[in-house]
Amino acid sequence: MDFLGLPSYSWETVLGSAISGVFLGSVYALVALGLTLIYGVLHIINFAHGAMLMLAMYAVFFLWSALGIDPYLALLIVVPAGFVFGYALQRGVIGRFSHGRDEITLLVTLGIAIMIENGALFAFSATERQVQVPYDFDGIDFGVTFAVWPEIAALAGSLVVTLALWLFMTRTDMGHAIQAVAKERRGAELVGIDVEHIYGVTFGIGAACVAVAACLLAPTYAVSPQFGYLFVLIAFTVVVLGGMGSFVGALVGGFLIGITEQLGRLYLGESLGLITISAIFILVLLFRPTGLFGQASG
Amino acid sequence: MLEVRGIRAGYGSMEVLRGIDIDVAPGEIIAVLGANGAGKSTLNNVLSGVIPAGSGRVMLDGADITGGRPTAIVEAGLIHVPEGRRVFPNLNVEKNLLLGGYRRGKANRAANMAHVYEIFPRLAERRRQFAGTLSGGEQQMLAIGRGMMAEPKLLILDEPSLGLSPKLVEEMFTLIARLAGEGLSILLVEQNVAQSLEIAARAYVLENGEVAMQGLPGDLLARDDLRKSYLGV
Repeated sequence: MDFLGLPSYSWETVLGSAISGVFLGSVYALVALGLTLIYGVLHIINFAHGAMLMLAMYAVFFLWSALGIDPYLALLIVVPAGFVFGYALQRGVIGRFSHGRDEITLLVTLGIAIMIENGALFAFSATERQVQVPYDFDGIDFGVTFAVWPEIAALAGSLVVTLALWLFMTRTDMGHAIQAVAKERRGAELVGIDVEHIYGVTFGIGAACVAVAACLLAPTYAVSPQFGYLFVLIAFTVVVLGGMGSFVGALVGGFLIGITEQLGRLYLGESLGLITISAIFILVLLFRPTGLFGQASG
Repeated sequence: MLEVRGIRAGYGSMEVLRGIDIDVAPGEIIAVLGANGAGKSTLNNVLSGVIPAGSGRVMLDGADITGGRPTAIVEAGLIHVPEGRRVFPNLNVEKNLLLGGYRRGKANRAANMAHVYEIFPRLAERRRQFAGTLSGGEQQMLAIGRGMMAEPKLLILDEPSLGLSPKLVEEMFTLIARLAGEGLSILLVEQNVAQSLEIAARAYVLENGEVAMQGLPGDLLARDDLRKSYLGV
């Protein structure tokens, strides 16, 4: 690979790379959607997000290996379980110990991440495990690139989750209440909104999004206790790039990062290609400090 | 409608309220007056369940609501329109009103909203506008309208005239009188003594966490000590 002068490729290669970037980006978006709700709306910096994703991946894996449940069918089990886990974690641990102070929240979620990761290492060992599905080599041939069904499902999933979250936040009482609590906690209390409950629900929905991501990633990614790290830093990047709390921002940000990464790999090579993620991040924030779809806070 | 008996409360070892008794009859405007630090805000926070009472009893429409959480107190029908409005800046006017009926009055939201828009036509004009972009007076209207969405048995209005222009203050007091005329019971907590006494049926004056004076507006206005302390004449 030539690191000094940029190599030249045919447009088919570049387009194929960009399309595979969209599929990769949809995976980033899936992980970022739950994060933008927790981090962007409620300002909880959830360091345990990656660990929660890893845990959900193990749940999907064991449902498949022990009970033979297909990862897509596992959505029906893992997503409600994720909600309950997230709700309990917020109300039982994070909310109870952080007293509404950001720096403590940060440390509490970091502690939870360390506990989950080491617990997983102890219980499941460092061995990589992967769900095997019969359809993971079939897919759609775009001519310039080929996408397998799990990739297409992840793309569709990211679009559906974005739309569902947007409708939930803008059309339902609970969604309005979450927004109210985010900006005016005292006012929310005085109209009879149970603020602690809303925090739990929001965190639960964030965890449910992580569970959706896990089900959609399981056919293409192997899981190990370190799995979360692969995604969580990029997910934070996507959230800030897209604009805190914006679901469309998380989706578009995910695509942008995915395409950038794939093109970077094509032109700069496997290892150096990743710097394009940081480059695009800095570039966007230079011109739009609130992110692509962010609103100035106030 | 509201019966407050012997409320004591404070922060830590500092006692702010030292035994307060207040009564509000249905459809009555009762003013609670006093200078900064007299205990008005603490009284409001105790009534709406934000801070607990050390001792005493609060009855709303015959039901004991002492020590209830804010959610339970809203559920019971005591609605607090707070000082500083506390509207949701990131939501539009209509959604702010909808959330007013989050806990109570949910079944009649459409009718209640139409009623609020009838009383505050300005809010109807701005229904799609973010609450954070409204003027101070409009935000105050929105805060009161949001409170009315919960079909209150008793509405606490906490400094509704604060920060408004003299003309708007006049308008606001006229509106409050109109709400009481429709049968709403109102506890009006104000620093603006002269105008509060014009519309109140009775008034309580707090000093150092105690009721220093109480009675009909005419009787209070006739007292030299009140005129000296609060009206500067």
